[in-house]
Amino acid sequence: MTSIFRKFYFFLIALFLALPLIVVAGVSINQKQTLAFPPQGFSTSWYGEIFLNPEWRNALMASVTLAVLSAALAVAIALPLAWFLWRRIAPWANIFQLLGVAPFTLPPVITALGLLTFWATAGFYGQPWTAVVSHAIFFVTLPLVTLSLGFTSIDRSLVEAASTMGADERTVFRTVVLPLILPYIVSGYAFAFVLSLNEYIVAYMTVGFTMETLPIKIFNALRYGYTPTMASVTVLFVSTAAVIFGLVARFGDLPKLLGAMSSDGK
Amino acid sequence: MRREPPQTVGDYAPLLFPAAMLTIFFVVPFGTMIAVSFFQRQQGGFYTPAFVFDNYGRFLSAFFGSVLGFSLMMAVAVAICCVVLALPFTYMLTRMARSVQVVWLVALLSVLSLSEVIIGFAWSTLFSRTAGITNILVALGLMGEAKALTPSFAAVLTGMVYQAFPYTVLVLFPALVRLDPTLTEAARTLGASPLKAFFTVVVPALRNTIVATLIMVFIFALGSYLLPQLLGRPQHWTLSVLITDQAIYQSNMPFAAAMAVFLVLVTLGLVALTVIAGRKGEAA
Repeated sequence: MTSIFRKFYFFLIALFLALPLIVVAGVSINQKQTLAFPPQGFSTSWYGEIFLNPEWRNALMASVTLAVLSAALAVAIALPLAWFLWRRIAPWANIFQLLGVAPFTLPPVITALGLLTFWATAGFYGQPWTAVVSHAIFFVTLPLVTLSLGFTSIDRSLVEAASTMGADERTVFRTVVLPLILPYIVSGYAFAFVLSLNEYIVAYMTVGFTMETLPIKIFNALRYGYTPTMASVTVLFVSTAAVIFGLVARFGDLPKLLGAMSSDGK
Repeated sequence: MRREPPQTVGDYAPLLFPAAMLTIFFVVPFGTMIAVSFFQRQQGGFYTPAFVFDNYGRFLSAFFGSVLGFSLMMAVAVAICCVVLALPFTYMLTRMARSVQVVWLVALLSVLSLSEVIIGFAWSTLFSRTAGITNILVALGLMGEAKALTPSFAAVLTGMVYQAFPYTVLVLFPALVRLDPTLTEAARTLGASPLKAFFTVVVPALRNTIVATLIMVFIFALGSYLLPQLLGRPQHWTLSVLITDQAIYQSNMPFAAAMAVFLVLVTLGLVALTVIAGRKGEAA
């Protein structure tokens, strides 16, 4: 395809992807409490508001805590499973791989509703920790897929050498496997973290009435009163995601990670 | 260390935690949901264990039929728009320098990870009267006065395409990376224009990938639960929105659960159908 056509097409796609974010960024620097674009006046106070207004700060804290813990739990579930599937020949264990991928493949409202009925029946409905478990299960797919990919890329002769030299299972794992798999643990954690930060429906259905995460807070603000803080939070979220994925790309092989993701994940 | 079957019970130990977590917090909730779909609803948002088909019986109404029809139509429209837009884009992206690819992939991932709340908010701002795109057109002198473009069907469709576009690119990306570049080179050497080479060589070579991608984007679009609510009118609500609405605002868990079970069945059924169709196509 000709290069002018290509440039034009890429420009249009970039515009399509960026336009809503540009408008939101414009709205976020309004001086007064209006959602006007082009912005009227200039002020960064709506960014300060995220940290100074107790409601927004609490929502931010809740979201970050939830994302940190649930991503860690997701990795804790995915790591032993991916290791086992790599180390052992046990075809029936693949059912757990399938279960790990299912919540992310089905429409999210289904996982959300399943967890809602479950927590309500078990009598824990509304407890903050249920959101951590729910998100960990919902996002376990991401570390599971990156880790499965990471394990397949390990040269088995390295592990063989270590074990011939007398290293036991534990030593091999700590000194050979873990260092090799670490970049995949980090990227799996990063994917789960960013998505948990942005997740709405599962959080809303499990703890929506007792706790406000940032997406829930934005949704409530959409219904009960617009404020430019919604726009500044959006800009903060987009930049956080860009920085984290940028780091994953900087220290890992992003095209490879994504090249295998869909083929392994589905 | 070779792969070997587990020898002792101890060898299964690493499987214990993941298996328990996935069973307790995914399989059991899924089962709970199916069970609740047969329960009897009580006044005031409670429900009692029972085995009734009332919740499924409600599907037979004209209202439900129109919601289902609209959801499927919407998801098909989104899938087609996304694949049409993303296929040439992804194809050209895979032929670019690695560093350019990485920048685009980071951007696409960042948009993909955005909450539906945020996408809905961003597009409703862009389509609003006070801060919308029409203000830019007014400033350029192309329009008399600013107006709101939402709620409307076009707004919902745009929002959903925006949400699903990065996903489509990332699904297509691996297949297109692996596409043999000599295929197009051969076509070009034999005198085909780049456009002709794309449509007569690349597209047919990727037929199965395109069908698979259409299905995956279709399922992805079926899951959209907020955009129709934020950017559309009640007649633009999809099944996912209706499920959320019944579960949260109408407190009718059994009916919501029945619809969710139905959505799973529709999803799985369509996938199975297309897989069978795909096999037949290959055999022919």
